[in-house]
Amino acid sequence: MAEVEETLKRIQSQKGVQGIIVVNAEGIPIKTTLDNSTTVQYAALIHQLVLKARSTVRDMDPQNDLTFLRLRSKKNEIMVAPDKEYFLIVIQNPTD
Amino acid sequence: MEIVYVYTKKRSEFGRQCNFSDRPAELHVDILPDPSQMDNYIERNPCDNPTQCAQEMSEHEVNTERFQTETRGINHVEGGWPKDVNPQEMEQTIRYRKKVEKDENYVNTVLQLGSLMEHCIKQNTAIDIYQQYFEEEEVSEGAEEQPSAKTINVFRDPNEIKRTATGLSWHPDGAKKLAVAYSSLEFQRATKDMSFDSYIWDIENPDKPEMTLKPVSPLVCLEYNPKDSHILIGGCYNGQIAYWDTRKGSQPVEMSTIEHSHRDPVYKVIWLQSKTGTDYFSASTDGHVLWWDIRKMSEPTEKLILDPSKKGNLDNALGAISLEFETTMPTKFMVGTEQGQVVSCNRKAKTPAEKIVCTYSGHHGPIYALQRNPFFPKNFLTVADWTARIWSEEIKESSIMWTKYHMAYLTDGCWSPVRPAVFFTTRMDGTLDVWDLLFKQNDPTLSLKVCDESLYSLRLQDNGRFLVCGSQLGTTTLLEISPGLCTLQRNEKALATAMFERETKREKILEARHREMRLKERSRSEQGKEEETKDVDTEESSEDLVARAEKEFFEVVEFELKKREREEEKSQSKADKEKEISEEKEAED
Repeated sequence: MAEVEETLKRIQSQKGVQGIIVVNAEGIPIKTTLDNSTTVQYAALIHQLVLKARSTVRDMDPQNDLTFLRLRSKKNEIMVAPDKEYFLIVIQNPTD
Repeated sequence: MEIVYVYTKKRSEFGRQCNFSDRPAELHVDILPDPSQMDNYIERNPCDNPTQCAQEMSEHEVNTERFQTETRGINHVEGGWPKDVNPQEMEQTIRYRKKVEKDENYVNTVLQLGSLMEHCIKQNTAIDIYQQYFEEEEVSEGAEEQPSAKTINVFRDPNEIKRTATGLSWHPDGAKKLAVAYSSLEFQRATKDMSFDSYIWDIENPDKPEMTLKPVSPLVCLEYNPKDSHILIGGCYNGQIAYWDTRKGSQPVEMSTIEHSHRDPVYKVIWLQSKTGTDYFSASTDGHVLWWDIRKMSEPTEKLILDPSKKGNLDNALGAISLEFETTMPTKFMVGTEQGQVVSCNRKAKTPAEKIVCTYSGHHGPIYALQRNPFFPKNFLTVADWTARIWSEEIKESSIMWTKYHMAYLTDGCWSPVRPAVFFTTRMDGTLDVWDLLFKQNDPTLSLKVCDESLYSLRLQDNGRFLVCGSQLGTTTLLEISPGLCTLQRNEKALATAMFERETKREKILEARHREMRLKERSRSEQGKEEETKDVDTEESSEDLVARAEKEFFEVVEFELKKREREEEKSQSKADKEKEISEEKEAED
């Protein structure tokens, strides 16, 4: 439990990190550092995106699997580390 | 879930294999032919049997199901919560979350994902992986494309009797509006029903003008005040000048008094650079250049008579058709005349004689357009008769560069505000020419036929991208020029400077040569004069010759008259003598 907190805190303290969300397989945000409405929006949208990305990768090659997803936009970068049951979503403002 | 179907079969029914064996043939039925049956049938001879040596094809229709698409937005509401948890209830959601956090799987996953994520975050902070190298080099050379111009909108004169669009002016802020002055410049061609109105158009709406301006006499020229975009001044056909405020309506706010205005149509008005922003000056073919202030339109603040002999004599004055004023040089201005000369004037001179500094002649007809190059104020462009010429201020004898003589009269021209070596001209056959002096000097770089009737006026927007040209039937066309012609090329300024300097130098050298030659001739003829003093008598001026001829004529006439008188006297005296003789004879009888 404490290690989880410590990990998340460490991530949060990195340069440019705007927010962290931990989402479960059903799209329910478990842990978040952002406000509720934003969290819900991110959780729902990213969840669908990750499922789509994963199915794309596996369709191309069934042996393959999605390990990481980076979405870079004009304003920031959304990074998603997927797992079987949970996702870790981090929004960062990259250096520039 | 596996799909399972259970069926039963008797043990005796399966497990036994089939045994196949051979058997000899058996004849079951033998039907013999019966010739009597033939009587029921008639032989058909010949038989027509069509054949076609072609691919056999069949027609088949298929209609797929229509694929219906609909665009829908998704409203993300919290979902995915298990049945027993009510998402609205804070307590339940928090409880659920806490439960999940205690799950060992959760802890392990988060730790593992966390380390992976940290790696990527650190990557981000270390280097910008999407950094653009060589960004400037990627700017592609758009100059490879062909120069072109595209018509965007056409504004037609809404009146039935079409008038020429003689004056054009862009709105100073943002150039979303265009003021067009309509009048008929042909002598006595204006009919009674011709409307006097001029219009302000919104460039997005070509169907209807945005505002109408109603002067007492048709407007020949129209200008927006660059400092205050609501004020416009217009020069009328009858010589008066009117000014409008677009906030106050279609009627002019004030007009200049007739006594002090021009006596001929006002061909050009230009706003001056002043602190109050209310000064302007006007020119007309009556030989006057007048300065006015908007606040006091009853009489001009200053007058100038364009007399090249500098005596202020109105009879000698040249008619002004175009004016030029550059805000960077507020004391100087230039006037283009009907006689084909450009007069350069100094506003700050003390006496009227000094106001006219010098004249440049070289054109054969009225100078319709006169403009200094916005990048090189020492060089100016004149458009008149069948050519366009570029002059340098220092060289008064001739222009430094000129175009060839065209088939049609040139009516208007102007420099491009963004490229120093590009200028535009319009012609009477409805063609718009774009000249790029750095690309080609003999011919226009782009020649476009805008309309069938002649084009009369031309105006470029300040960004150099859009231009409007007005035609004889009042049709104003808005064109967009290709980016190659309105973006500054890399070395353009340097190349243009070099070109103008080169041409100026050439003219200077030619001028110097001419002067030398003239001097030589003069000195030679002076020497010759000392030897030929005797022959001076034979050289009579034409006037003397005329006087001599008159004298001779009258002498001959008088001689004839006298001769006739003498003859009359003679015959008269003869008659008298005969009379006397006859009287004597009678007396004797």
